[in-house]
Amino acid sequence: MAEPEKDEFTGTMTTGHEWDGIKELDTPMPRWWVWTFYACIVWAIGYMIYYPSWPTLTDHWKGTSGYTDRKALEEELAVRDVERAVWYEKFTSQDINQIAKDNELLNFAMSGGKVIFGENCSACHGSQGSGAPGYPVLADDDWIWGGSLTAIETSIRFGIRSSHDDTRISDMPEFGDDMLEKDDIAEVADYVLALSTGKSDDDANEEGKEVYEEECASCHGEDGEGGRESGAPRLSDGIWLYDGTREAIIKQVTKPSHGVMPTWEDRLDDVSIKQVAIYVHSLGGGE
Amino acid sequence: MADTKEKPPALYEKQVKAYPQRIKGTFRNIKWLTLSVVLGLYYVLPWFRWDRGPSLPNQAVLMDMSGPRIYFFAIEIWPQEIYYLTGLLVLGAIGLFLATAIAGRVWCGFTCPQTIWTDLFIYVEGLIEGDRNKRIKLDKGPMTVNKIWRKTLKHTVWLVISILTGGVFIFYFANAPEILVDMVTGQASTTVYGFVALTTGMTYLLAGMAREQVCIYMCPWPRFQGSMFDEDSLIVTYEEWRGEPRGKPKKGLDSLGDCVDCNLCVAVCPVGIDIRKGQQFECIGCALCVDACDSIMTKLNRPLGLITYDSITNQNARKNGKPQTTNIVRPRTMSYAAMLLLVIGIMGYGLMNRSELEINVQRDRAPLFVHLSNGDIRNGYTFKILNMVNEEQTYTLSIDGLDDAKLWVIGVAPDPVEQVTIHVGADQVGTFRIFVSVSPDALEEHFDDMEFVLINTKTGEKTETEVAFAGPED
Repeated sequence: MAEPEKDEFTGTMTTGHEWDGIKELDTPMPRWWVWTFYACIVWAIGYMIYYPSWPTLTDHWKGTSGYTDRKALEEELAVRDVERAVWYEKFTSQDINQIAKDNELLNFAMSGGKVIFGENCSACHGSQGSGAPGYPVLADDDWIWGGSLTAIETSIRFGIRSSHDDTRISDMPEFGDDMLEKDDIAEVADYVLALSTGKSDDDANEEGKEVYEEECASCHGEDGEGGRESGAPRLSDGIWLYDGTREAIIKQVTKPSHGVMPTWEDRLDDVSIKQVAIYVHSLGGGE
Repeated sequence: MADTKEKPPALYEKQVKAYPQRIKGTFRNIKWLTLSVVLGLYYVLPWFRWDRGPSLPNQAVLMDMSGPRIYFFAIEIWPQEIYYLTGLLVLGAIGLFLATAIAGRVWCGFTCPQTIWTDLFIYVEGLIEGDRNKRIKLDKGPMTVNKIWRKTLKHTVWLVISILTGGVFIFYFANAPEILVDMVTGQASTTVYGFVALTTGMTYLLAGMAREQVCIYMCPWPRFQGSMFDEDSLIVTYEEWRGEPRGKPKKGLDSLGDCVDCNLCVAVCPVGIDIRKGQQFECIGCALCVDACDSIMTKLNRPLGLITYDSITNQNARKNGKPQTTNIVRPRTMSYAAMLLLVIGIMGYGLMNRSELEINVQRDRAPLFVHLSNGDIRNGYTFKILNMVNEEQTYTLSIDGLDDAKLWVIGVAPDPVEQVTIHVGADQVGTFRIFVSVSPDALEEHFDDMEFVLINTKTGEKTETEVAFAGPED
């Protein structure tokens, strides 16, 4: 570092900083700049008095304004609730099918439903209803309990095999428990597999067909078309709730898994249930 | 310490107030002219109308923040085309480079808003408080009734000009006639009044108080435009060879130069410098000192141009008795000009061939694809059509590249079809949820390519958008 010296051309002192022969002039800053600096300090002091700032031994300085982020949020939410009240009224007073016909209400339901779905449903059903083994895909056109707006709303409100009195419930018997022989189960599994790929016409599996018609057709239908009243899944398509392998089908016939969907009536209000039902309906399978 | 005798430098520098004296002359006239044109444009532009049809604003120049659109006569810019604004800024920068290389700091001296408004404020100051000497005397003198009312009047007029400036600024962001009525009747929003107050305050502060401080300390432009000068650029300079040694003319003293040391060039300078000290970065190149010196030289019957707006080359030529040259065409100016033309060309081409349709397609990531009960594979897409034409457009949408692909659009076509008809309103973005399904036999890979084919039913304009179609991995 060089010594400060008087610059030959400007007559200003240098700071003494030098880089490869380039010296820094110690040009005084303009006075208004200093004033601006002081003004900023004054502003900062005022700011610290007005807003919560310093920690004290036991607590902190609350600020003369009494501002907190939580309070600000509460105020915002209160404003939001007032704005939404109009919408809520329309949602509670109307049937879900009417709501979905109103474009404005539909948009409100879609944006709200998306958030509700993300918070409550996507943990099991996947984002945008992509599903998972044991948890139905909600974006396809295969519905166990029906894909109309009303059917979806009912499923959400009362749940499936839930604790609610009006829950949807279906109970496939444990055929492995003294009802069918192991061989029969294997035969019927082959038959169901053939049904799902559309190859059940050939009579190669007479025994399986016989067992199916005797034990399964009453719920799942003669051609495996399923029955929504009893919540019996359609077997004539390639969509499987658990798995479509022979082993998985044998397992399901022997000792069926029964998934549970909780009732949402206690957790979501009426408006939210309608919103999320409309959202699910829009995912791609709505009927 | 090397300089123990020197006083330590001051920590800050007090603003030395300049009292520019009024002067008449060529450059003063040019300054009045540019001032009138610039202020005229500023105040009049928002009132021009431009018919864009019933649903769009009819203001010729408008930045519609809620639209959000920028309108400039026939040009309409959407937010995603903001690069045109970038282009405009690039154009401005290169234009400044070119102007500076040719004629020095013409922007600073004649057209910069800071200069224009400062000029106006100084003019008002002169009208109310008198010319330079009177103003100095008034400032130094005691607080008298005369001083108080003159100062009060000056600041009042300044504030009125500032409010007019700030008020007009708003007109560029809203329908001028409407917002004017709102502002006057007190019905405009707090935001509007806030911005009026801000621009008013800044005008008053910058043109009334800060003045040359803005150019010297705040503006980056003076700091680096020296690098655009060369010896052929026109700049305001004092011809030292002719003027020195300066002095009051006395009998029998013929050894003096042409400069009579009248100090008028210093008195008229709006930034308060002495041009005879040579080129300084504080000099904004307004050339008022040229007018001042020429007026004295005329009186003394000496040749004009002792302080001159000319190139260093010509100054040296005069000094050495060689012929003067004008050298505008040189590599520096030509390269700036070429850059300027290039950017103008690119922007012009872009604007002429500006597409009035933009398509954005987003494929659903979750679920990637869905098995349908009939065995088909289905993908979901969010399809956005930006219709930049000011009338409703009708399109047909179909799929190309996948055999027997079917599509359906939520709310438009509920059942799978091969082609759908969709409408997008005037100057709007249409968002559609589209599902596409095909038989798994038509798929070859995990991701197949397909195209959305959008045909405008009226113009027949066909737009293909290639997207991926996801299927099972095996």
